[in-house]
Amino acid sequence: MGLIDAPTPSVVSVDPAHSEGWVATRLDFLVNWGRANSLWPMPFGTACCAIEFMASAASKFDLARFGMERMGFSPRQADVLICAGRVPFKLAPVLRRIWQQMPQPKWAISMGACASTGGMFDNYAVVQGIDTIIPVDVYVPGCPPRPEALIHAIMMLQKKVMKETMSSTPREEMVPDPTSQLYIPPSRIDTLSQAFGNSIPQTRSGQ
Amino acid sequence: MATKRTVEVELSTTGIGADGRPQRVPLVAGGDGGVALQAPPGIEPDLEGEHMLINIGPQHPATHGVLRLVLELDGETVVRCIPHIGYLHCGFEKIGEYRQYNQIIPWTDRDDYLNCVGNNIAFAMGAEKLFGIEITPRCTVLRVIGMELSRIISHLVWMGTTCIDIGAYTPFLWSFQERENVYNLFEGWVGARLTTSASRVGGMAADIPDGWLDGLKAFVRSFPKTLDECDRVVTKNGIWVGRTVGIGVMSPEEALNYGLSGPMLRASGVDYDVRKDFPYLDYETYDFEVPVGVHGDVYDRYLVRMEEMRQSVRIVEQAIARLPDGPVNVDDPRVILPPKHKATSEMESMIHHFKNVMEGPRPAPGEAYVAVEAPKGEKGYYMVSDGSAKPVRWRIRPPSFVNLSAIPKMVEGHLLSDVIAINASIDIVMGEIDR
Amino acid sequence: MTAFTVVTAGSAPGLPVPATPKQVPHRGGEANPSAEALRAKFGGAILRVEVVWGETNVIVAMDRALEIIRWLHDDPSQSYEYLSDVTAVEFRDSTLPIEVIWHLRSIKHRRFLRLKGMIATGQPLAAPSVYDIYKGADWLERECYDMFGIVFEGHPDLRRILLWEQYAEGFPLRKDFPLRGRFSRAEQLRQALAANPEARYSMEELSVADAYAELPQDMRARIKGGESTGE
Repeated sequence: MGLIDAPTPSVVSVDPAHSEGWVATRLDFLVNWGRANSLWPMPFGTACCAIEFMASAASKFDLARFGMERMGFSPRQADVLICAGRVPFKLAPVLRRIWQQMPQPKWAISMGACASTGGMFDNYAVVQGIDTIIPVDVYVPGCPPRPEALIHAIMMLQKKVMKETMSSTPREEMVPDPTSQLYIPPSRIDTLSQAFGNSIPQTRSGQ
Repeated sequence: MATKRTVEVELSTTGIGADGRPQRVPLVAGGDGGVALQAPPGIEPDLEGEHMLINIGPQHPATHGVLRLVLELDGETVVRCIPHIGYLHCGFEKIGEYRQYNQIIPWTDRDDYLNCVGNNIAFAMGAEKLFGIEITPRCTVLRVIGMELSRIISHLVWMGTTCIDIGAYTPFLWSFQERENVYNLFEGWVGARLTTSASRVGGMAADIPDGWLDGLKAFVRSFPKTLDECDRVVTKNGIWVGRTVGIGVMSPEEALNYGLSGPMLRASGVDYDVRKDFPYLDYETYDFEVPVGVHGDVYDRYLVRMEEMRQSVRIVEQAIARLPDGPVNVDDPRVILPPKHKATSEMESMIHHFKNVMEGPRPAPGEAYVAVEAPKGEKGYYMVSDGSAKPVRWRIRPPSFVNLSAIPKMVEGHLLSDVIAINASIDIVMGEIDR
Repeated sequence: MTAFTVVTAGSAPGLPVPATPKQVPHRGGEANPSAEALRAKFGGAILRVEVVWGETNVIVAMDRALEIIRWLHDDPSQSYEYLSDVTAVEFRDSTLPIEVIWHLRSIKHRRFLRLKGMIATGQPLAAPSVYDIYKGADWLERECYDMFGIVFEGHPDLRRILLWEQYAEGFPLRKDFPLRGRFSRAEQLRQALAANPEARYSMEELSVADAYAELPQDMRARIKGGESTGE
């Protein structure tokens, strides 16, 4: 199903010129271990996925097992933005604003087909994937994803956090273009939100 | 603003009045039994004119989605409330004009996503009206079961989230525990937990599997116990009573004039229930009662919803008892696909299948408005056909949209914290409001 | 346990218990008695009465629609006290008129009536507002304006409700509006982010301008300059 992780290659190449010192790697491990096990989510729940998110947080699936019991509805005290549900254009500036308000380090999970790609709402009102607004770390397929899928995504994110290093992970804010407020070029947005199948093609920018 | 201000004081643990109804126990009882306290002059500074604007939402845990309320406050009293909606406008009605009738059913899951099965069935009823189809007896009873189960799970979300808003966390966990049971039932029936797409024009997506009714019976047995437990924890809780009694009152005339429906309308004392007044799915043959409130406040809305869940359980019990055997789908080749094994082995069936899926069934020109009693109120699907396979217009009459439009009226003069209780009592679901 | 009356709803006096309608014909069938009453009362303003799938459509002259709805609401023999819906229909055939539709219910008499007013091609998109009669029409009419551009004359605060004020692409439910909008995705996103309705809010934007004069001077100055949300 593609959900099983690929086995790690048994060959490890070591390049002394690019490896971190022992102290730095140990410190990285400690910091990442702490971060990965207490990710504070900021649930940006808009639609159906928010209900499954609530189910994940409730007693049967219990997100608290993953250090996520503290639902921070304030973006200032949150580590991971879980965008659960479709994001229409009217909500796009809100999502952008909330992302900008979150302190570094921060991660984003795009929960569900609508948040990831626009899903079944390929029309005038819905953003075709929140990755055109904010950077996304983990995409969760499903409409809505089952709580197990969300938990899998969270575990994937934890693995990602564990692999980060202080020296290589960028920590500066992505600054959007001041005139257009977009942070990726329009042509790329067009490509990302291209209609698929036999849908009527969307107007391309510059036309 | 006048300097004289009436302050209502809540202090009650089990404040049960003479009529057996929970009441506020005043800190200082007035001579007339009222609870008015006049602030001594000098303590209350004159805040005349100094209004403050505060913004709640669109991302706020107590707005149940992406509602935005802008409140103009005088001190802590709401002078005016301006709701802003549309943050979840996804163009459902537009997309419906580009889809065949059966293809629209997945969208009905997502407009009011707490009541998926109910919406699926309501839409299928509307389409069947356009096609002039009478569904089978077994399908009718199955649809009643589906509708009442989704009423229960919708009210459970309402209860859980409202309890969180008002300060109780445990009922949320209990209600989601019960929701999981219903999710399991739905999953066994149609394969999906939440967005079920359970119905088809002319029938259901699937008949119930063997042994499914046993699971349903177990749920019907266990669920009232959970409900009683919530009842014990919440109904006479002093904080709950203090924060809900007398809050957000709508008189019957106002409630009608504002177009409220569902528990909101009935809490105000208007006995209008689509299941009783404009019955569908043979609801008139079931023995159930419709709770009607007296005071029209948040507390009555809570009582109405609690009682509705009990009545839904009664309806489900009767439906289990009378579930007839027989086919679920109508025998109408216009809308019903041939069985899969025939479609893959017989040429005629394959062509039939292909034409039904690719071109879609075409109803006669006309229009139909089907209203059902959804958990939030009168949910209507209005569809207009011009004889083609796709509707010219698919209109959702959203009950919580109309209910929410009365919020400026309801919160006026209340305290800021009451806004949360009132907003919760409307039982909004933004997917349906914004569509 | 609950000190709370449970009564049977739908206790309309003197009426038989309603039943689920069965075998409803496509055209024809029994019309709502209100249609006949309307004909008797308003004569020429009632253009046509038809029964489709058991529901009575009364097509009325648009200029008298308000009067007709007011009578239906006020007259005790009709008492349509509940407005279910206000909406509009535009057909794919552009020669057909745009229909404005009112769904009315009489809870007392258990009746359902659909009133239609027609806006012929080329006519200005306008209909009377029933806000004076039904407060519930407020948002329904605003939505209809937002989606179709139909101006409800007499509505106190007719502006966009679901889309934002600066939305530039038009009225989405009109048939000449493409499913995915008129602009490219990048342009749509740019406009949405630039509109940024959260960045500032002022009394004017929120249409509470009449409270503005009562505000203290410093607050007025802040509002005039645009108040940030606390960034």
